[in-house]
Amino acid sequence: MLNRKLAPKITDAVEFELALPPYTKHTLKNGVDVYSIDLGTQDTMMVTWVFYAGNWYEEKNLVASATNFLLKNGTSQKKAFAINEHFEYYGAYLNRTCHHETAELTLHCLSKHVNELLPVVAELITDSVMPVDELEIFKKNMAQRLQVNLLKNDFVAGRLIDAYLFGPEHPYGKYSSLEDYAALNQDEIKDFYTKYYQGGRGFILVAGKLPEGIISEIEKYFGGLALKPSGAPEKIMSHPVKPAQQKKYSVLNDPNGVQGAIRIARDFPNRHHPDFQKMQVLNNVFGGYFGSRLMANIREDKGYTYGIYSYLLNQVQTSGLMISTEAGKEVSEATIAEVYNEMKSLREKPVGEEELQTTRNFMIGTLLGDLDGPFQVAGRWKNILVNNLDEQYFYKGIEIIKSITPAELQELANKYLDPKDYYELVVV
Amino acid sequence: MIQFEKFELQNGLRVLVHHDPSTPMAVLDVLYDVGARDENPEKTGFAHLFEHLMFGGSINISDFETPLQLAGGENNAFTTNDLTNYYIQLPAENIETAFWLESDRMLSLSFSKKSLEVQRKVVCEEFKEHYINKPYADAWFKMRELAYKVHPYRWMTIGKELSHIENAQLSDVKNFFFKHYRPVNAILVVAGNIKTETVRELAEKWFGPIPPGEKYIRNLAREPRQTSARELEIRADVPLDAIYKSYHMASRTDDQYYTTDLITEVLGGGGSSRLHHVLVKEKKLFSNIECYHTGSTDAGLAVIEGKLIKGIKLEDANKAIEIELDKIKSELVEAKELIKVKNKTESAILFEDMSVMNRATNLAMYELLGDANMMNTELEKYQSVSAEQILETSKTVFDNNNSNTIWYYSKN
Repeated sequence: MLNRKLAPKITDAVEFELALPPYTKHTLKNGVDVYSIDLGTQDTMMVTWVFYAGNWYEEKNLVASATNFLLKNGTSQKKAFAINEHFEYYGAYLNRTCHHETAELTLHCLSKHVNELLPVVAELITDSVMPVDELEIFKKNMAQRLQVNLLKNDFVAGRLIDAYLFGPEHPYGKYSSLEDYAALNQDEIKDFYTKYYQGGRGFILVAGKLPEGIISEIEKYFGGLALKPSGAPEKIMSHPVKPAQQKKYSVLNDPNGVQGAIRIARDFPNRHHPDFQKMQVLNNVFGGYFGSRLMANIREDKGYTYGIYSYLLNQVQTSGLMISTEAGKEVSEATIAEVYNEMKSLREKPVGEEELQTTRNFMIGTLLGDLDGPFQVAGRWKNILVNNLDEQYFYKGIEIIKSITPAELQELANKYLDPKDYYELVVV
Repeated sequence: MIQFEKFELQNGLRVLVHHDPSTPMAVLDVLYDVGARDENPEKTGFAHLFEHLMFGGSINISDFETPLQLAGGENNAFTTNDLTNYYIQLPAENIETAFWLESDRMLSLSFSKKSLEVQRKVVCEEFKEHYINKPYADAWFKMRELAYKVHPYRWMTIGKELSHIENAQLSDVKNFFFKHYRPVNAILVVAGNIKTETVRELAEKWFGPIPPGEKYIRNLAREPRQTSARELEIRADVPLDAIYKSYHMASRTDDQYYTTDLITEVLGGGGSSRLHHVLVKEKKLFSNIECYHTGSTDAGLAVIEGKLIKGIKLEDANKAIEIELDKIKSELVEAKELIKVKNKTESAILFEDMSVMNRATNLAMYELLGDANMMNTELEKYQSVSAEQILETSKTVFDNNNSNTIWYYSKN
C-alpha cells in the first residue's frame, strides 16, 4: 500500500562533490588575458569583453554609462543601423552593460557565426565615434524613461537606499537625474572612450561549444589592439564612503499608491572578509529563498506581500545587506516590525538542526543547478575574477555551507542583525 | 533533434521523458490544461489564484517547500490565459521526491481556509504591485476589453477585477480543482539525467492510483471577426503620451502564425527593426517602440506600442506607424531582411534549448497543442515562410478594420 505521508529517501545534496569546471587561460600579444570555457551541447557560445570602465572612473555622473551605451551607435565606417543589422542578421545578440568598476560588451551567437562577428566588435572597441545625434537621442530617451520610472515607488526606493548606504557621490550610491542627462556632452564621452576602452584595461571571457581556432581568431582581432595588459597595476581612484547620518526615512512619492516600497539595509564587508560566505548561509535562512523566515512569516502567514527577500549586495569594494519588499500600504509598518521580529528570533534562538540541514541541502542543490551550462560557469568565473579571488573561494563557500554550526550562525546574527544598525526606508 | 519518449497511464495522464545525461539535474514539469480562458466571467482570476493555493499544502503533505528544499530542489509555477504549469528542478538522484510532491497535489489539495485567506491577500498584493501601482498599468486591461468582445481573452490572467479575488469562496476553489486538476487533463514531462524506465516506474507508482477525472472539453465563445476599427482614449497621471495598437491574428497552430511572428520581428525585433529605426532614430517621434504578439493558443493579437517624445502629437505618431504598415502591406520584404528574421528565430530556439528546464516546459506545451514533436519541426515552419506570404498576411492582419487603438494621454 502506497504511503503518501512518507517522503521518499533522498541523497543529501551536501554529499555531492561539486566542481567548478576550470578555464583555460591564454594571453594575447598585447597582454590581454582570455579565459576560455569549452562546454555545452548546443552550438552556441558567448564572448564577454570586460573593461575597467564603470562609473568608478568617471569624473561626471553618467559619463561611463553613456559611453558604454554609445559603443554600438556608430563608427567611422558604420552607422548605428548598420551595426545592429550586422549582429541581428546572424541572430546574434550584442549587449552592453555598465556597472561600477567594470563595463561590458557581451556577444551571444551561434558558434558557426562568431568569425563574422568578432571583427565588428573590434571595430566598436577601436573606432566608435560617439555621434552627436545619437547622443542627443540617448539623452532625450533616457530622460523620458527616467520620468516614467520616477513614478514607481520601488524604483525610487532602490536608488535612495544605496545613496544612504554609500553616500550620493559614491559610485555605488549615485543616481541619475534629468539635469545629469541634459549635461552630457560629446567631448567628455569621447575622452572616456579613448582612455577606458580604446586604451583600456580588462579581460575577455569566452564560453560555450567553442569552434576550433577560436583563440587564434580572438588573437587576430584583439591581440594587436592598444589595450593595456590585463595584469597592469592600476592606481584606483579613491571614493570615500559617506553613509547618511539619519537612519529612518519615509518618502511620499505617489499619493494614489497602494503599496509601500520598503528597503531595510546596513553596510557589510566584501567577499574578502571571512564573514561574507558565512553570512550567505544565515541570509538564506533569514530571507534568501522561498522557504526563508521572512517569506514564511510575511508572505505565507500574513499575506502582506507578493515577495520579500534579503540579500548581500554584489559590490566589489564594500558591500551591504538588504531586505526588500513591496507591501500593502496599510501593512507596511507591520511588515517592518515583522522583519525586526525575525532578526530577533535569529539572535535569540539558534537555528534548529533540521532547518539548517534543509538550508544546506537547498544551497548545494541549487548551486548544482546554477553551474549547469557554459554561460553559468563563465558567470561564476567572471565574478571571481572581478573580485580578485580564485577558485578556492568557490570551494571554501561549499565547505562553509556544509560545516557551519547553529552557534556560528547565532553569533553572526548577533553581530549583523541588529535593527539599530539598519537604514529603514518606506516609499509610498 | 530533441529526443523524447511518450506513454500514457491508465488514468489518461500523458507522460513524456527526455533523457539528457549531460546534466546532473532532473526537471519534473506538470502542465494542466486550464487557463484564465476557462474561467467563469463572474469569477475570474481563479486559475491564477489556484496556482498559489497549490503551494498551500496537499492532502498528505502539509508543507510542500521544506521536503523539496531538503532534497536540494527548487520550484515555481506560472499561469497564462491558456494553461497552468508547475515545475520542479532538483538533483537527478532525488527525482522521486518530485514525483511524491506533484502527485499528491494532483490527488487533492488540503483546501485549508487559512491558505485561501493568505493567498487571497498575496494575490491582491501581486495585483497592486504589477497592475495598479505602475504607470500605464491599465492599458492592457482596457486593450483586452477593446479587442475581445466575447472570447475569454477579454480578461487578464490575474483577473478582471480585484473583487473577484477578494470574494473567492472555498467551495468555488474546490469545484475548480476537481473539474480541471485531473490526470486526464494533465501532461507530465520528466527531463534530465533520468532514464525512461525509471520514469515509467515512478509515474505508475505515484500518479497511477489517482482517479482519472472527467475530460474537460473546451467550448469557448468564438470571437466574431472584427469588421471595423475600434478606439479608446485614456487620460492619466503619466509623464508621456503613449499609443497601443493591436490587431487580431491567427491561432497558435495555424500556418499564418509563423508568418505573423516573423512580421513582428521585421517591424519590431531589435535595433535594426523597421519601427525602431524609422520612428525612434530617423523621425524621432518615439522614445521607444515595440512590436510583438501575444503568443496565445487561440487567435491572439499582434501589438505595436510605444511612448512618444514629448511634444509629438498622437495623431502624427499614429500616422507614422501607418506609413510603415502600408509599406509592409505593399512591398515584399528584401531577401536579406527575411534571412535575418529567420536567423534570429533559429538562434532564439537554440539558446532556449540549452536549458533542460526550457526543454521540459516546451515539450509539455507542444504536447498540449497536440504534438510534442513540434519541438523538432517548428524551426522548419519558420524557415519555409516566403516574402509573398509575409505580404499577404500583413494585408490581413494590418487591415485597419482589424485594428484596436488606445490613445493614452498624459494629463500633464
